[in-house]
Amino acid sequence: MTANGILQIALYMLVIILITKPMGLFMAKVFAGERTFLHPVLRPVEVAIYKLCGIDEQTEQKWTKYAGGVLIVSLVSLLFTYLLLRLQQWFPWNPAGLPNVGTDLAFNTSASFTTNTNWQSYTPESTMSYLSEMLALATHNFWSAAAGIAVAIAVVRGFARHSMSTLGNFWVDFTRCLVYILLPMSLVGALLLCSQGVIQNFHPYQKAVTVEGAAQTLPQGPFASQESIKEIGTNGGGTFNANSAHPYENPTPFSNFMEMVMIFAIPAGLTYTFGKMVKDTRQGWAIFAAMAILFLAGVFVVYPFEQTGNPILAKMGIATQATDTQPGGNMEGKEVRFGIANSSLFTVITTDASCGAVNNMHDSLTPLAGLVPLVNIELGEVIFGGVGSGLYGMLLFAVLAVFIAGLMVGRTPEYLGKKIEQKEVKMMMLAVLVLAFSILCFAAYGVLANFTKGGWINPPGPATANFNNSGPHGLSEILYAYTSGTGNNGSAFAGINANTPFFNLTIGLAMLCGRFLMLIPLLAAAGSLAQKKLVPVSAGTFPTHGPLFVALLVGVTVIVGALTFFPALSLGPVVEHFLMYQGKLWS
Amino acid sequence: MTASVETPPKPAPEDVTSIVPRKGARARPLFDPPIVKRAVGDSFRKLSPRVMMKNPVMFVVEVGAATTTALAVRDLAAGAAIAGFSLQITLWLWFTVLFANFAEAMAEGRGKAQADTLRKTKTETMARRLRGSSEESVPATALRSGDVVLVAAGETIPGDGDVIEGIASVDESAITGESAPVIRESGGDRSAVTGGTRVLSDWVKIKITSNPGETFLDRMIALVEGAERQKTPNEIALNIVIAGLTIVFLLAVVTLQPFALYSVAASGSGSAPTVIVLVSLLVCLIPTTIGGLLSAIGIAGMDRVMQHNVLAMSGKAVEAAGDVNTLLLDKTGTITLGNRQAVEFIPVGNVNEDELADAAQLSSLADETPEGRSIVVLAKQKYNIRGREVGEHEARFIPFTAQTRMSGVDIDGRRIRKGATESVAEFVHEQGGAVPDELTDITDRISRSGGTPLVVADGNRALGVVHLKDVVKGGMRERFQQLRAMGIRTVMITGDNPLTAAAIAAEAGTDDFLAQATPKDKMDLIKKEQAGGRLVAMTGDGTNDAPALAQADVGLAMNTGTMAAKEAGNMVDLDSNPTKLIEVVAIGKQLLMTRGALTTFSIANDIAKYFAILPAMFMTTYPVMAQLNIMKLHTPQSAVLAAVIFNALIIIALIPLALRGVKYRPMSAASLLRRNLLIYGVGGVIAPFPGIWLIDRLLGVLHLA
Repeated sequence: MTANGILQIALYMLVIILITKPMGLFMAKVFAGERTFLHPVLRPVEVAIYKLCGIDEQTEQKWTKYAGGVLIVSLVSLLFTYLLLRLQQWFPWNPAGLPNVGTDLAFNTSASFTTNTNWQSYTPESTMSYLSEMLALATHNFWSAAAGIAVAIAVVRGFARHSMSTLGNFWVDFTRCLVYILLPMSLVGALLLCSQGVIQNFHPYQKAVTVEGAAQTLPQGPFASQESIKEIGTNGGGTFNANSAHPYENPTPFSNFMEMVMIFAIPAGLTYTFGKMVKDTRQGWAIFAAMAILFLAGVFVVYPFEQTGNPILAKMGIATQATDTQPGGNMEGKEVRFGIANSSLFTVITTDASCGAVNNMHDSLTPLAGLVPLVNIELGEVIFGGVGSGLYGMLLFAVLAVFIAGLMVGRTPEYLGKKIEQKEVKMMMLAVLVLAFSILCFAAYGVLANFTKGGWINPPGPATANFNNSGPHGLSEILYAYTSGTGNNGSAFAGINANTPFFNLTIGLAMLCGRFLMLIPLLAAAGSLAQKKLVPVSAGTFPTHGPLFVALLVGVTVIVGALTFFPALSLGPVVEHFLMYQGKLWS
Repeated sequence: MTASVETPPKPAPEDVTSIVPRKGARARPLFDPPIVKRAVGDSFRKLSPRVMMKNPVMFVVEVGAATTTALAVRDLAAGAAIAGFSLQITLWLWFTVLFANFAEAMAEGRGKAQADTLRKTKTETMARRLRGSSEESVPATALRSGDVVLVAAGETIPGDGDVIEGIASVDESAITGESAPVIRESGGDRSAVTGGTRVLSDWVKIKITSNPGETFLDRMIALVEGAERQKTPNEIALNIVIAGLTIVFLLAVVTLQPFALYSVAASGSGSAPTVIVLVSLLVCLIPTTIGGLLSAIGIAGMDRVMQHNVLAMSGKAVEAAGDVNTLLLDKTGTITLGNRQAVEFIPVGNVNEDELADAAQLSSLADETPEGRSIVVLAKQKYNIRGREVGEHEARFIPFTAQTRMSGVDIDGRRIRKGATESVAEFVHEQGGAVPDELTDITDRISRSGGTPLVVADGNRALGVVHLKDVVKGGMRERFQQLRAMGIRTVMITGDNPLTAAAIAAEAGTDDFLAQATPKDKMDLIKKEQAGGRLVAMTGDGTNDAPALAQADVGLAMNTGTMAAKEAGNMVDLDSNPTKLIEVVAIGKQLLMTRGALTTFSIANDIAKYFAILPAMFMTTYPVMAQLNIMKLHTPQSAVLAAVIFNALIIIALIPLALRGVKYRPMSAASLLRRNLLIYGVGGVIAPFPGIWLIDRLLGVLHLA
């Protein structure tokens, strides 16, 4: 590790700490319906939307109706995207003349964008028309993000309210999130990215001749607007296959830093919003602290391992030490303009948040550095996490931590004055189960599946034939695919040719499980919590702020979250690491 | 440990400085040989899958054990080299199930032993049923609610009921363990009698209030035996968590096989783990420690309440006791000793203290009220004035009446009177004397402080004032302080005026008080507290307490109280000591803490088990996996075996903790958490490493693996 690298990581952390409070305060105001500095301009827009859609701003919904709203938005947008992709050939704004997208890929992609995953088993620039990008995929980036944030707000209301049966109005929360938060932020973000050289146009693809005289097609398009919401909404789906490693998406170190800040801005801010809403900002900071500890732990595993690089290369006499002119370490799959520190940092950020944008190839990470993104996602995307989903996921762990250890103070466990009883515990365990089930069972099926007859679903032979790597790394790749899908992350180890009907369907299902089978139980728990009375705080109350709780929360998150996956991981990245140090190579 | 059959002495009621539960009248040694013997048998009986199904975690272990049994038999039949290992794993898996069953059986055994003792008192008794003026002899079991029976000295009371005529001393030791007889009489709050107790002297007519099979004794037997035991809400929630974790680990282990097959194919060496090893991994990972001990903890909690001579009608009530936020305590009998006592003699004018004390004592010699006796005692203790025989003197005692509001003695020509200020002042005036002004000041001061002034006069001379005070029981202040540290608010309930109540509340150190409380006020207070999300506990004995006892989350009724009160509350204190409510709260907390501690410990244990089993599983496929074998366990087989043995032995090792409960100290939640998290959380992560290592060494030394 270099001093410069560590300094940049520290700077990043500092910026996140600084923006958390203003972001959180602003969001708390927006969702409480209070006036903000944007109201003079945007309030008419908000009111107009309510009028147009016949939404009564004052009506409140029970959890079932609220969840119904989430499901309706998701289902409608899923179908809309599916149809548009299937029919894009006959719509305008397709200068490259791209054909219609196939059924399985269209399903996978619409599921992927609906669930805020943005897993892309296709090469965007050669698959999606401008219209598909903008009308189907870019709008999803807003919708899925807004739905996630709305759910988080509803879950927080479950804790903040008492003796009430409603959690707010989904349509109002959804609208406010879009109007006051996502649209203005992505506009500002897009302009800043443009200033760094990210392109935004509707030109047809440009033909160019390289220095060597070869012909080259340069894709063009409305990328800055996409890029901005891709980060802010923790979507991660790029307009280029190379994602944020592509110079059109992420041209400079500054744009890189900005993108990283944009990813954590809302998830970090929401922790403060949470504190504000439950009227005790210390509670919010405790959640923030637990997330920050897990985040930094990840960074300081990835960074040193990447900087150390591959010992096999070192044995061959290749210098892997960082010097003033050479980054050293493992530069495979990395952009020279970002280097090791910023690539490591981006890797951890994008997998902590369920973003999935990448500025380097995760497949090329050294084994234990590659373990970190896997673990980050397997914990349930709770380290800051996806917009909204990170907070409600972490609250799930907070409730579990309080339940397991809270009994040790001799009282029925309480979190924020709410007794944690059967119903909540049942819903939380259901969510934990879904996560484990979806990742492990799909991955195990992927490893076992063997197609004797060739056909539509997969070429004949085992599914593992689609892996580019054999040995432990192949296992890591398939684990990563289903982990990323279930966790709604969307980044990839990219070592699998995942664009077969088999993978498109199974990963698509994993994404839907990971999103909706987590979100519904959590809303159910929130609905039950909102109805409870508030237990007054006393000396006998389990304190859920302060270092002790933070440590407990980190411990429970790691133990409950990671223990499940440890056996599988031991056969993937862990053993690969040992083998690498033994000098064993795999094809 | 030895078996003890005689009842140890009850703790002195004054010993109230500690709210840590201690062994009470019904304490038995933890591993009482007859109980252990019965528990061993029961642990095998509980192997029935129908019983095991109720405990999802241990049921999974049983299914695992059955699977490995079949595989071990197959290995044996095939004469495979692995048979020894298979057999040992199988044995230890069965032990795991048996140990858990044993824990539960032990917890139940103590209750069962007690139920047997109670049953003995239920032997056939004959009752003398009164029909009009005639009397008939019927078996006690034939009595119905509404029958009237006559019970004379030496006879056993045939059923629960209320005394409608007569007065008798009753030996209730069969129920309470307390050998001193109690008085039962018609009317008032001391009319309830319990079937199975014995009349020692005199006779009573009793109106039976319960039908056969529903008597207090029947319910008590059912309760201590655990026959009606239902899982408490918190226990159910915890069961959901551990069942959920079991499914998660089941998924982890089941999906491990495909990954292992892939790895074997990839590396081209070794073989996938056998089913026996996979079952071992599963059993080690699922929370067997808490799963095996959970029901034992609950039963033992109930039993601990019983050892304090409190009969809890449900486990839910005990659990609720741990959650209590507000304690409503009656002043009289709970906070104070219940009768006013003389604490000071304050002379007026030129009278000296000795003279006042002497006169006060003289006037009280024949006064049998607690106040009168306390004056005699104070004079003796403080001024060394001995009680005298008044027989040789010409003495005439004047008893207290509601009209005169004073009492006294005419002796040797002196007319000594003591009583209410106005009455005695009038008496002095009648005798031609005058009352000094300072007397009113003194009496006012005493009234304000919550005491009762008693003015003493000798003829026309007012001598001074006796300060009577409701004395707060020793150690109550400390107790309330401990409760405050635990976050529990205490409210003193009294019929006194607000001034007096405030003074006593301040002296006792309660957080609040309710003065001039009517039953309705009490009820309103409970509802108000509950509306604020707080749980309320209270004690009561009278019929007019019944609605409040029913409303409170924890209602502790006194055994001496009326049947209505006993029916309304969810606990009955057989010793009728209201202070015990505080102990019940501590037991409730201890119950929850024990569950939390063992759950945390159980989950924390998993880390070490991974390090034992995973390298053992995959060492043949990837020899580099040996690097994960940080405990340096000597062979893969011994590693798996050591983990399984550790997992089984930890259940046995923790049975005493489950039955006794984790040590409870009254302190704030924050410090409790820090302490317990360190012991059971961090300890739970570390402990298995040396444990498994040691077992592995032993297995090596014994050539078992």
